Amino acid sequence: MSTAGTPKIEIRDLHKSFGRNRVLQGVNLTIMPGESVVIIGGSGSGKSVLLKCILGLIHPEQGSIKIDGEEITNLRGSELEAVRRKIGMLFQSAALFDSLNVWENIAFALIQGQGMAREEAQRTAMARLGDVGLRQEVATLYPAELSGGMRKRVGLARAIASQPEIIFFDEPTTGLDPIMGSVIDNLIVKCVKELGATALSITHDMASAKRISSRIAMVFEGKIIWDGSTDEIDQTDNAYVQQFINGRADGPIQMQIQDHFEGHPG
Amino acid sequence: MLSLIQALGRTFLNFLGATGRIALFTAVSLSHCVRPPFYFRLIGRQMVEIGYYSLPVVGLTAIFTGMVLALQSYTGFARFSAESAIPNVVVVSITRELGPVLGGLMVAGRIGAAMAAEIGTMRVTEQIDALTTLATNPFKYLIAPRLIAGLTMLPLLTLVAISIGVFGGYLVSIYKLGFNPTTYITNTIDFLQVQDVLSGLVKAAVFGFIITLMGCYHGYHSRGGAQGVGAATTNAVVSASILILCSNYFITEIFFSR
Repeated sequence: MSTAGTPKIEIRDLHKSFGRNRVLQGVNLTIMPGESVVIIGGSGSGKSVLLKCILGLIHPEQGSIKIDGEEITNLRGSELEAVRRKIGMLFQSAALFDSLNVWENIAFALIQGQGMAREEAQRTAMARLGDVGLRQEVATLYPAELSGGMRKRVGLARAIASQPEIIFFDEPTTGLDPIMGSVIDNLIVKCVKELGATALSITHDMASAKRISSRIAMVFEGKIIWDGSTDEIDQTDNAYVQQFINGRADGPIQMQIQDHFEGHPG
Repeated sequence: MLSLIQALGRTFLNFLGATGRIALFTAVSLSHCVRPPFYFRLIGRQMVEIGYYSLPVVGLTAIFTGMVLALQSYTGFARFSAESAIPNVVVVSITRELGPVLGGLMVAGRIGAAMAAEIGTMRVTEQIDALTTLATNPFKYLIAPRLIAGLTMLPLLTLVAISIGVFGGYLVSIYKLGFNPTTYITNTIDFLQVQDVLSGLVKAAVFGFIITLMGCYHGYHSRGGAQGVGAATTNAVVSASILILCSNYFITEIFFSR
């Protein structure tokens, strides 16, 4: 665990490009232990790339990422795997393993990562299944047999099964109806609180962002352009944030689609 | 003229880049095959998938190949009154070439395509990223078990294919061409040498490695949804088939050139 005063996640001047497309252009972000931070921003603003950089799935060209004060951008192999054991992740599509049933998905990190016996891992998986409000009968179903909301809940159960210190949520409510979205948000808040974990989520669903966060940061053109507590976001005079949270087409954020149709009559 | 040279240069550089990527992928995959932890359950599952479930398709290919070979040899050799050489031709052709090569090509179509599609789907649905975030190396969990299973099961499959192929030739020779069964079997056993079997098994092991490597490589690097997975599947089968035929020549050269 981190010592008091040491940020759980500290990102400094992070840059990442794909060809000529500069996705991250100097991101700075500090997240303290126990905080629940949501990063908001439009599609293609670099939210997912930022998350993948922290997870070590993408290597940044420049900048620093520290977890518990340890620089991770240069870590490889078993050292990076040791850092990842502190992290749980709920993917946008849940990313459940098709070839494994529900309880095997949930227990994956316990069996493969911690070497736990299958019987014990199955008991733990069943408990986590209950935590996310799913019946025990679901345990032997395969991901293809689940609805979107159930897949998200199983993904959440998998993310918390190994009791991680940090949990990432990638668009947790995308593709769900508003009621199921709210259910998932409540489960996220409950699980994060019970674990005492630090949470970092990315979303463009403002209702969800307000429900699950204690702090919100907005990314635009590869930089954090606003960072404040959740209570402050509705009062901010930042024109970018105002346009985004109110979902207005007019404002400083111009969508690419307008350029695309220029010069194309009809 | 300049654009032609540019195109040639670009193609050559692309070829070099692809060769380097495959070499790197192979080296990393092999390093995970020999380093613990070993996922014995996954290796076993892949062995059953590659070995057991490929038996029908490989067996059917082998029996009809042996039957056709006996029939074709007879129509050719009868012109020179050399029909007695048919058992020798059938057993040597099947053992050295047709068993491993046709078996390899059939498995490339069945297993190479399935591997590329499965791993490709895992890539585009973020399942491989999920594996990584769960502190599990995808090379160790997905690639190494498949390579080990391919390397070990193809020789066994080829042994079965050789047996069935020779039996196919026997059936046609005895029941259609009127050969004496005892003479046919004696000729077959007497003519077969250890080197023939050994070369067939070495070829099968190499082909097994190529098939699984190409399936895993193209699946692992697939991009862009269903279309990307489709392209990966095609590329896996085509590249494995070409590499099987190319490597077959070089292995034959090593074993039989004087």
